[in-house]
Amino acid sequence: MSQEERLANGLSIFGIGLGLAELTVPRRLAKTIGVPSEHHRIIRAMGLREIASGISILMQRTPTAGLWLRVAGDLIDLTCLGAAAMSKRADHRRIAATTAAVVGATALDFVCAQQLSRGVRTRNGTMPVTVSLMIDRSPEDLYSYWRKFSDFPSFMKHVISVKPTGERQSHWVVTGPFGATVEWDAEITEDRANELIAWRSVEGSDVDHSGQIRFEQAPGGRGTMVTVEMHYGPPGGTLGSAVSAWFGEDPNQSIKMDLRRFKQVMETGEVITTEGQSAGRSTSTSIQYDPAVRR
Amino acid sequence: MKATCWYGKQDVRVVNVPDPKILNQRDAIIKITSTAICGSDLHLYNGFVPTMESGDILGHEFMGEVVEVGSEVKKLRVGDRVVVAFPISCGRCFFCKNEKYSLCENSNPNAWMAEQFFGHSPAGIFGYSHLTVGFAGGQAEYARVPFADVGTVKIENGFTDEQVLFLSDIFPTGYMAAEHCNISRGDTVAIWGCGPVGQFAIRSAFLIGAERVIAIDRVPERLQMAREGGARTINYEENDVYDLLMQVTGGRGPDACMDAVGLEAHTPGPLYFYDRLKQALMLESDRPMVLREAILACRNGGTISIPGVYGGFIDKLPMGALMNKGLTIKTGQTHCQHYFKPLLQRIAKGEIDPSFVVTHRIKLEDAPHGYEMFLHKEDGCIKIVMSP
Ligand SMILES: NC(=O)c1ccc[n+]([C@@H]2O[C@H](COP(=O)([O-])OP(=O)(O)OC[C@H]3O[C@@H](n4cnc5c(N)ncnc54)[C@H](O)[C@@H]3O)[C@@H](O)[C@H]2O)c1
Ligand SMILES: [Zn+2]
Ligand SMILES: [Zn+2]
Repeated sequence: MSQEERLANGLSIFGIGLGLAELTVPRRLAKTIGVPSEHHRIIRAMGLREIASGISILMQRTPTAGLWLRVAGDLIDLTCLGAAAMSKRADHRRIAATTAAVVGATALDFVCAQQLSRGVRTRNGTMPVTVSLMIDRSPEDLYSYWRKFSDFPSFMKHVISVKPTGERQSHWVVTGPFGATVEWDAEITEDRANELIAWRSVEGSDVDHSGQIRFEQAPGGRGTMVTVEMHYGPPGGTLGSAVSAWFGEDPNQSIKMDLRRFKQVMETGEVITTEGQSAGRSTSTSIQYDPAVRR
Repeated sequence: MKATCWYGKQDVRVVNVPDPKILNQRDAIIKITSTAICGSDLHLYNGFVPTMESGDILGHEFMGEVVEVGSEVKKLRVGDRVVVAFPISCGRCFFCKNEKYSLCENSNPNAWMAEQFFGHSPAGIFGYSHLTVGFAGGQAEYARVPFADVGTVKIENGFTDEQVLFLSDIFPTGYMAAEHCNISRGDTVAIWGCGPVGQFAIRSAFLIGAERVIAIDRVPERLQMAREGGARTINYEENDVYDLLMQVTGGRGPDACMDAVGLEAHTPGPLYFYDRLKQALMLESDRPMVLREAILACRNGGTISIPGVYGGFIDKLPMGALMNKGLTIKTGQTHCQHYFKPLLQRIAKGEIDPSFVVTHRIKLEDAPHGYEMFLHKEDGCIKIVMSP
């Protein structure tokens, strides 16, 4: 189970607990959070909702929808708290504290839901990504192009340069979150001609990165099925991955686009672009849609 | 140069923009001699296609003269007169090799976005939203044509622009839609929509060997043009389409039914407002009245051909009818490049003269008025050709 899924489960169990309290002792709870106790019926209803969304998260294989339900519920809770705060008999200090807690929970729910929606699944602080694409060239052609490593910048968006420093060693310079550059040395850990290349960052590097690419002949003369598997431990661990995914860097998507551009280079000779084309506006919008432009 | 740009719902303007440049080495730059407004452009004009950006250059039906080529262009020469296909296709991927050009895997740099909408990305298209690339279009003085060797057909002298211009889209589109009808001897084909696509579909169905074509619309001059093409017509505002179709087919229904209308279908009666409302509330993105009607009218075991464009989701599709009647659905953006040679030959042999569809010729500067006229079908407008 990924860290995001574990967080989702934690949130749902917390929600079910809170829901049970709301359902069974609504008056006492009202007092604790600073709301006049005649609102106990609303609180009961909130409890039911908490339990329902909690169960729906636990029961599903992908808890994404349940989490978005939680986010919606949080917003309703916040609205109710706002309404309660208008009442003269409310305990405003307590309501303020409660609101702060609910805002915190909402933020957690939102981040978690967002991550899951984007397909981010962190394991042991690293993001494993597997993508696969069919390319209409022979395994030999693809293998020999990839094995050079030095051409990566032409199709990998984040990679600024990869310089071979030995038979099996290379030096990587990559843009990280917020435009910072990250560098490390990598070595090839496995190399089977026309079949597979695996590499990992050497011990003691700033970044814990490993990857593998496999080339399998597709049936019926349809070229080669290329599968890339990467593990990338972003600086900052889980939080780092949350932050970088937050700003639109879905690792699955960006590696898939890298692979797609590799396919373009191998099949058509270059990476197709719209950057620099004419339009009736003063700024380019290519950057907004085409991640390759956004270096 | 001057170019027709999109600035929002029903707001297009002809403005000055920088001339296009070669950006990839398989590009060519074309000096445009004729360019047309398409029914697909109306979906953009009416704001139904997401990811349009203010300032996008419109237009995907154009032809002209090659004025510059990139270093990797092998067949085209400066000075060649060419028609350009609306899908942008690399010519080297699995789909291009199988001549399914509108499904090219390599022509959409924004493929990730289309993948989120559709599961997979189709080919890039000129002037047609950033979902399908956002390549600058051809309602302009010049255009950049990527993969130019694949995306163009050379026109030797002897034809006027209007005879060959529609190879860029609507002639192949009508033709492919007719092929999709799986026509055999004695077949009756019903075609909803007598816009330019419907007109070419009618004539193509006959070229392929249909016995009868029944065309459905409500605009008198479009129905008239359909009759000139040999079709019988039904005015859907004055008749019950299903009943009439059953009457003329002995109760069996047409062998194939074609939706050449697409996501902005109109229907008299309350159902129209139901779908219009759902569309306004964003509960469905497309209005599928024609599709519903076609599925119900089609004979058992028949074929539904859908050249009309849909973009998102529809509601109340009669899936039960589709399944229990054993219908086949065929659809897609047109693989224009596949049809270049055979259709050019049909034109050369005089089997069809595509210029029949042109009702208005205007200057590029008047494009905004052209859009308005085409949308409201004013002044008998069926197809507008513009010259820069
Ligand atoms: N598949 C492709 O590659 C491709 C290419 C070009 C155009 N298209 C699509 O084909 C469709 C038609 O294009 P066009 O240029 O002919 O457009 P158009 O707007 O000129 O024609 C549409 C016609 O449909 C008629 N219509 C509307 N509601 C109807 C109904 N309920 N029953 C019967 N007729 C109805 C309209 O009166 C109009 O004449 C559009 O959706 C366009 O986007 C698809
Ligand atoms: Zn068109
Ligand atoms: Zn292709």
